[in-house]
Amino acid sequence: MKQVPEVAEVKINPETGTLIRDGVPSILNPFDEIAVEAAIQLKEQHGGEVIVITMGPPQAKDALYKALAMGADSAVHLTDPRFAGADTWATARTLAKQIGKMKPFDLVICGKQAIDGDTAQVGPEIAEFLGIPQICYVRHIELEDGKHVKVHRETDEGYEVVRARLPVLLTATKGLNEPRLPNIMGIMKAKKKPLEVVDADTLGLPEDEIGLKGSPTTVRKVFPPEKRKGGMKIEAEDPREAARKLVEFLAKKGVI
Amino acid sequence: MTLLYDRETCTGCMLCIKVCNFGAISKDGDKVAFDLDKCVLCGSCEEVCPVNAIEIERRTVDKEKIAEYRDVWVYCETTDGRLRNVALELVTKGRELADKLGEHLVALLIGYQVEHLAEHLVHHGADKVVVIDEEVFKDYTTDAYTIAVTSLIAPRKPAVVLFGATNNGRDLAPRVAARLGLGLTADCTGLDIDDERQLVQTRPAFGGNIMAEILCPYTRPQMATVRPNVFKPSEPDPTRTGEVERVNININPVQVRTRVLEKVREITEGMRSVEEADIVVSSGRGIKDPSNLALPKELADLLGAAVGGSRPIVDLGWLPPTQQVGQSGRTICPRLYIALGISGAIQHLAGMSSSDIIVAINKDPEAPIFEVADFGIVGDLFEVVPALIEEIKKLQATR
Ligand SMILES: Cc1cc2nc3c(=O)[nH]c(=O)nc-3n(C[C@H](O)[C@H](O)[C@H](O)COP(=O)(O)OP(=O)(O)OC[C@H]3O[C@@H](n4cnc5c(N)ncnc54)[C@H](O)[C@@H]3O)c2cc1C
Ligand SMILES: Nc1ncnc2c1ncn2[C@@H]1O[C@H](COP(=O)(O)O)[C@@H](O)[C@H]1O
Repeated sequence: MKQVPEVAEVKINPETGTLIRDGVPSILNPFDEIAVEAAIQLKEQHGGEVIVITMGPPQAKDALYKALAMGADSAVHLTDPRFAGADTWATARTLAKQIGKMKPFDLVICGKQAIDGDTAQVGPEIAEFLGIPQICYVRHIELEDGKHVKVHRETDEGYEVVRARLPVLLTATKGLNEPRLPNIMGIMKAKKKPLEVVDADTLGLPEDEIGLKGSPTTVRKVFPPEKRKGGMKIEAEDPREAARKLVEFLAKKGVI
Repeated sequence: MTLLYDRETCTGCMLCIKVCNFGAISKDGDKVAFDLDKCVLCGSCEEVCPVNAIEIERRTVDKEKIAEYRDVWVYCETTDGRLRNVALELVTKGRELADKLGEHLVALLIGYQVEHLAEHLVHHGADKVVVIDEEVFKDYTTDAYTIAVTSLIAPRKPAVVLFGATNNGRDLAPRVAARLGLGLTADCTGLDIDDERQLVQTRPAFGGNIMAEILCPYTRPQMATVRPNVFKPSEPDPTRTGEVERVNININPVQVRTRVLEKVREITEGMRSVEEADIVVSSGRGIKDPSNLALPKELADLLGAAVGGSRPIVDLGWLPPTQQVGQSGRTICPRLYIALGISGAIQHLAGMSSSDIIVAINKDPEAPIFEVADFGIVGDLFEVVPALIEEIKKLQATR
């Protein structure tokens, strides 16, 4: 799970074309909240243990506390300046290395995508590094007999029912559940739950496989998108007249 | 990249021999031996080894080696025995990139009973189509498709591989990228070749608040998923000719670890996918009641459009999740987007503001949707839409 800026509040500096992130609140990525909720529900139904993991700067701890307050049992925080600047490949490599040390596990659940980068790549890449199957965009999870999982996976046309033997990596999408809000008890307990901090040395990956150095992609530049300007706006005092004008406009543009 | 084999750990189960598609592993006493000349480092053996005795060390390709990588490849997704629109969009864009590089465009067609689709890909610009047509590819599975794609691109060394940013494309591409140690840029909306013959990949981030240009300087192939509907497919040229090569891949059932038990279509008869449609008619909370959706449906049918919706409409269960437009739904760029009773929250705009033409009908003159609309009507949708339907019918009758 990842801490992300509340993108609705992110603004662009018109002069430099860069993101203004100062004062923008950080939240637990909404899809990851769904993933955490799914894990907690499975634990409530079948037993087991929920461990939440994040790679991120020191303040990402807040996101871990939120998940602990929701009901996760313990947390791992991968944090080190050398992890910074990681692209999806290096992020997944780092996370997979840590998860690999925590075997055996039954399920790894990620969010569908992080709302800052919107890539949806880290989940499948972790699965590959761990050598386990993946099922992405999951809307419904059933544990069968403790050895298999049966899920509904969203497709471009609807969904498909997919079955696999554990361990599996799932990515959670909207519709899987409604994440709970942590209650006071949960928040108080969270501070007492185990939270392990792991740096690059403890993790034990070579420096050319982590952070910016370990990232095969590089960002050459960022720039603001072409700003759309509103066009014509008319009042529909006479709906028929307004509709006629619209049809005329669309016909002229050749779209209808 | 090198293959590391730990003979000590190996239990001699021979599973790796069974899954190797290249005959690169043989029995060696009670253990195995690798023929690295035949091995393409596809990772099938590493994947299947129950004791992790095989490890493929994937390091970045050095610059001199980069020149060995040539040609542009596009992965052409099919569904229900037809090509997805994005496949033709990729072929068109891929053609342009290949021309800039002075190289070939190769289309990769994987599925079951899909070989006949190859000629369409040629007509739209492919120089060559590599077809894998086998029953294991009937349903999309990450494992089977990853093996197929990696085992083709690892030995043939294309410079660029593009995938459609569909649900399956975004499941497959990162798996391939991780296996081969490659960079991957998600959901690109712009692609170009720079002076150093690198692929420049442009994509939106932070909910569309910013655009980023991304390069993969050290790894080849350069891989990207490309947002559907951004590039327009070219007109087919039925006189174009190209080569069709059929490749067989023998996938062992143990390599496919997920099984599709059932497929459920939620896009019902007549309901189009918002990602593939040229025109999308979307409704927001202003539609008030699910029974009122008959109105946008009528408009959509008239225009051959897909029916979409804002998040609240989907959360209420009035439309299936496949039809949700926005940050937590689909990101689309149709030629025409009609927003009915949608306020235009930033998360909604993130999903549709790159549409060619945006029309908004909303009662509230201050609604932010008007800031992006090319044509806005301030009014009651229940009065304007019926009038609009009438006017369109009139127009269509004169044609
Ligand atoms: C993390 C996150 C992700 C999100 N993802 C998405 C997403 O993917 N997609 C999405 O859409 N939203 C998303 N949202 C929600 C988003 O913030 C808005 O709440 C939502 O888009 C509002 O939907 P709406 O425009 O239909 O409803 P409202 O904001 O309630 O707007 C309804 C509009 O209808 C107009 N109206 C009412 N009656 C009529 C009438 N008779 N005629 C004409 N106009 C009328 C009103 O003037 C109003 O402007 C997300 C939110 C969060 C926090
Ligand atoms: N730094 C990170 N730490 C932990 N999990 C992450 C991190 N980045 C991404 N993820 C997980 O991978 C998912 C997809 O992220 P992304 O590929 O960035 O869209 C997220 O929803 C998270 O579950």
